[in-house]
Amino acid sequence: MRPVVIAGVGMIPFERTEEGGLVEMLATAGLNALVDAGVDDRPVDAVYLGNMASGLFNHQEAVASALVDSLALMPAAAERVENGPASGGSAIKNGFLAVASGFSDIVLVVGGEKMREVIGPKATDIVATMTHPMAEYVYGVTLPAQAGMFARLYMTKYGITRHHLAQVAIKNQNNGLLNPYAHIQMKITEEGILTHPQAHINNPVVADPLYLYDCCPVSDGAAAVLLTTPEIAKALKKPQVIIAGVGQATDTHALQEREDPTDLKAVTLAAKKAFEMAGAQPKDIDVAELHDAFTILEIAESEHAGFFKKGEGAQALDAGVTQIGGKLPINPSGGLKARGHPVGATGVAQIVELVWQLRGTAGKRQVKEAQTGFSLNFGGFGNNVLAFVVRREA
Amino acid sequence: MDMEVESYLRPPEIEKPPYPAKVVTLATGGKMVVRQVDRDAVPTLLRAIKPTVEIARDYYDVVGARLYAELIGWYRYRVRDEFCLVGQIDGLLVGIVNSRSYSPHTDISLHTLAIERGLRIGAHLFASKMEYSIEYLGRDEVLITAESPIGFRRWMIEYGLEKREGQHELGGATPYALTREMYFKNKARLVAGERPVPKEIMEIAEREIKIASERDIREKILGAAREIQ
Repeated sequence: MRPVVIAGVGMIPFERTEEGGLVEMLATAGLNALVDAGVDDRPVDAVYLGNMASGLFNHQEAVASALVDSLALMPAAAERVENGPASGGSAIKNGFLAVASGFSDIVLVVGGEKMREVIGPKATDIVATMTHPMAEYVYGVTLPAQAGMFARLYMTKYGITRHHLAQVAIKNQNNGLLNPYAHIQMKITEEGILTHPQAHINNPVVADPLYLYDCCPVSDGAAAVLLTTPEIAKALKKPQVIIAGVGQATDTHALQEREDPTDLKAVTLAAKKAFEMAGAQPKDIDVAELHDAFTILEIAESEHAGFFKKGEGAQALDAGVTQIGGKLPINPSGGLKARGHPVGATGVAQIVELVWQLRGTAGKRQVKEAQTGFSLNFGGFGNNVLAFVVRREA
Repeated sequence: MDMEVESYLRPPEIEKPPYPAKVVTLATGGKMVVRQVDRDAVPTLLRAIKPTVEIARDYYDVVGARLYAELIGWYRYRVRDEFCLVGQIDGLLVGIVNSRSYSPHTDISLHTLAIERGLRIGAHLFASKMEYSIEYLGRDEVLITAESPIGFRRWMIEYGLEKREGQHELGGATPYALTREMYFKNKARLVAGERPVPKEIMEIAEREIKIASERDIREKILGAAREIQ
């Protein structure tokens, strides 16, 4: 396989948009990546779009065709990749394979979702359509409900408390304040969301033991990366940030069929594969972007990906290890919790953040001397997971 | 002013017990004082409302323009039995709510304007005016309508309000009612605040109602311009 360089990255701020449609959002992010890469008149061979549910959210299908036309990239190949909230990660994997195999030389990968076109309960229902139709959805299960059950088990098993969950929320919202692309730009305190006798009014229960501030917002947003060969990237005079490792693994669709519901096997396997391909280990990672759709997931994923032993993720959090300035900063972008989680965009946005970090252009949230980054994009409730190791080459 | 004509135009007023100020701890840890203001505060409040009448997002223009008119009407003695509560953080005005009494049994909720967003300030202030109507004025119910989807979610859905026949004073959508029973059922979940307000916090609130600049108000409502990389 040929090495694959991320030569351009682009995003639009994640937020609740008032104007413009899905394709316009995707095209703006894509254009930002093309401009960043400086591809000029070099032809883009293919466009891969990560998007979960444009038909349900926006009543629009065949969005990749609309995007390639909007960007005037014809006759580039174009297709949408759907893998629930890991659609962005899957689109990057497909783009990576196209370049690595020699099938394409320049590939644009865009991820995006416009979720706020529908009201909150409808958005929750649309996302819940990825659960098992007969074993879960029919009983009213939603993703927050699954996360709540998972959190209760995980907290009981490993002695995690709501204090730890609040620490994830506070850390990531603080990081979001440093990220102009983050949807949530608000500092919160443990007093305001947890310890004050009336904190439950600010922070009502969503799915016990998860409360409002344990959950990511519903956002609109798009992100894009331009993938190419080292030779072309060199000609474009772009830093050589490569995709060094890719891993993907799946698990049972219905949570009830898992031997141990607290064991995120697909996370462990996807991370292991990505590390093996990159010839790296968790200790080599300088910065990580994890899929904290719910605060408990950041802790659980940090353990399952191999950064901490099971049950020690919360201690690392308490010790400040995962803060910017700590030994392993996690989610300096604010993560899904603060940057937002337009489902199809997330996997791509994670890689964009890592590229900014490895280029040293992440501004106030810059992790010092970051050379190697890791991202984890969690599809379904851990039933289809992608992991990436990205590295800045000399 | 011809006070004889004026006496015909000024509505009579029902004597009301005052709303005792309280302090609400927000998700930021910030302390918001919720207190009643009298007519004298209206010119100051209007400075904060004025920029909102040009903001279409989330129907701020409709709410802002109507609240502006209602407060002027109250200030100039043309609205009957209106009351107004404000939220302040370190003296800065972050929200305004108003209602008026229709009868000894029924109050009519008018408007809720949150200048700071994302902290449930509108929800806390709305809960405070319900608290005043039910607990301190002794009303049996408050009639409510909503002009924005956010308002509908906050009032009709969060409180589980009852639909009513007829029209709300503001026109618009179906009127709903919060009854005394529903208020107390929801109180622990939705009504925040502690009394008395610590002296030093209350002094700051009463010293001056600080108003953010028009630009800051627009940014607080629409989001600040972002310096993206």
